[in-house]
Amino acid sequence: MLPIEVRDVSLEYDTPAGRVQGVKGASFGMQASEFLCIVGPSGCGKSTLLNIIAGFLTPTSGEIRIGGKAVNGHGMDRGVVFQDFAQLFPWRTALGNVTFGLEMKGVPKAEREEIARKQLALVKLEKFMDAYPHHLSGGMQQRVAIARALAYDPAVLLMDEPFAALDAMTRDDMQRLLADVWHKTRKTVIYVTHNVAEAVYLADRVIVMTPHPGQVKAEIPIDLPRPRDPLSVEFLDTQKRLLSHLGGTAIPAAA
Amino acid sequence: MSTQDAAHIDTAQPNTARVDIVRRNNIRSYWRAAITLLIAALLYEAVARSGYFPPVLLPTLPKIGLALWGSLADGSMPRHVVYTLYRVMFGFGLAIVVGIPLGILMARFRHVENFFLPLVSAMMPIPSFALVPLFMLWFGIGNTTTVLIVFYAATFPIVFNTWSGVRSVNPLWLRAAGAMGADENSLFWKVIIPGASPFIITGMRQAFLRAWIAVVGAEMIAASDWGLGWVIFDAKEFLNADLMLASLAVIGFIGFVFERLVFGSLERATVLRWGMMRAAKG
Ligand SMILES: Nc1ncnc2c1ncn2[C@@H]1O[C@H](COP(=O)(O)OP(=O)(O)OP(=O)(O)O)[C@@H](O)[C@H]1O
Ligand SMILES: [Mg+2]
Repeated sequence: MLPIEVRDVSLEYDTPAGRVQGVKGASFGMQASEFLCIVGPSGCGKSTLLNIIAGFLTPTSGEIRIGGKAVNGHGMDRGVVFQDFAQLFPWRTALGNVTFGLEMKGVPKAEREEIARKQLALVKLEKFMDAYPHHLSGGMQQRVAIARALAYDPAVLLMDEPFAALDAMTRDDMQRLLADVWHKTRKTVIYVTHNVAEAVYLADRVIVMTPHPGQVKAEIPIDLPRPRDPLSVEFLDTQKRLLSHLGGTAIPAAA
Repeated sequence: MSTQDAAHIDTAQPNTARVDIVRRNNIRSYWRAAITLLIAALLYEAVARSGYFPPVLLPTLPKIGLALWGSLADGSMPRHVVYTLYRVMFGFGLAIVVGIPLGILMARFRHVENFFLPLVSAMMPIPSFALVPLFMLWFGIGNTTTVLIVFYAATFPIVFNTWSGVRSVNPLWLRAAGAMGADENSLFWKVIIPGASPFIITGMRQAFLRAWIAVVGAEMIAASDWGLGWVIFDAKEFLNADLMLASLAVIGFIGFVFERLVFGSLERATVLRWGMMRAAKG
């Protein structure tokens, strides 16, 4: 729902061992309601870039504009799903985690629990509403995190390999669900993945990054009609085209 | 859906089994503790009856039991306990009220940390007992001195652990909460405090132990007429070794109750339930 502009963004991490380049001169634009995938080999800076867009890291140079305004810190306009399982609050149940954003917005208790229940049903976890995160599997925790990010309805969704830990079947379900949610809500989505098939299934456009230090290598529009059929010839062709852009870098086999 | 059902059953099964195992282990550990205590008591009784030591100095268990019963029946022991508990809870409460916010401020603000950390590090190793005479000069004999000694003993572990706990709060939780629009206030109460709770509870546990040791010591010289430490010290005047040992048993028992029941339940209700800390096996 909001356009995003990434202008020549670089970030260097300061570590005891010296400076490490996280991202290098990344630039791209996004229209409102676009679904953008970022693909690239491990360690190329995808998470770093996403965290900069989320406002958690300040770039060493360059800037991000969301809806025309320069990003300065995090904001409620962006929902974030991290790569790490530990992002859920261990002291809150699945339901309590999902209601958190609504609680911060001041939504009354009954209403926010109603919304959270719906979101949890959407990710097929309605039976585990009252479970604490440490009783959930990694994939289940990740689904709670997605429900949590959707529940307070941010205009922009930033997702960092949210389905990487899921089995192929659940992942297919979740991808379909996400495509569906996106279709209905028209959120602007940036989605990081290793998985080429996933990118082709979900994205309007794919940004390919070079290996470390990450630079934007190519932008590939995916104009297959939706809903997409992963077994169609066009789909497989697109997948091949994307793979060739990734070049010799090792990418796990498509799901 | 069917896979979900299967998953549900899968997790439900081992859980009930685990509860059974936990319960059985608990019962077994109580038995083991009881047996240890029984053996120790028998050994003591054997030494006490051996005749090597004068019975006045090493009274037999029945005599200690009788002294305990007598002091309970005439209401003096309960009153000593109430005085001591009042002092320890007052000082401990103060330590919580001061220690937790101070620990949090130290973890959140660089200059607060720079100022207080050397102070805390320098004062923490000073045994609170060593301060009793000084506090007596300043505040006289009675509750003020004993409460302050308890406060001194209990504050540092709370400050130290809270400080460590807040610094170890997973930054992802702060980020996630921030992205969901949490303001400073919510961040504090709904993320930092629960996120640091394993450390805070550990700090309170250590603090209580130190406070309990400190109060008895302080009462020996800085209390008059009432308090468990005072009874022991006073009993010396009359060679009442049986009453001394009875008081020691009461001190040990109350300390044990707090350690196991109060802090144990607090842990079970929070950090253990949340999986932020694990119970020891067996
Ligand atoms: N907190 C950090 N401190 C120092 N260096 C970091 C930090 N986080 C990442 N890096 C470095 O920055 C580079 C990019 O890391 P990043 O996590 O963004 O990669 P990624 O593309 O998300 O990888 P993956 O696909 O494995 O998640 C890596 O080379 C890494 O060594
Ligand atoms: Mg990453």
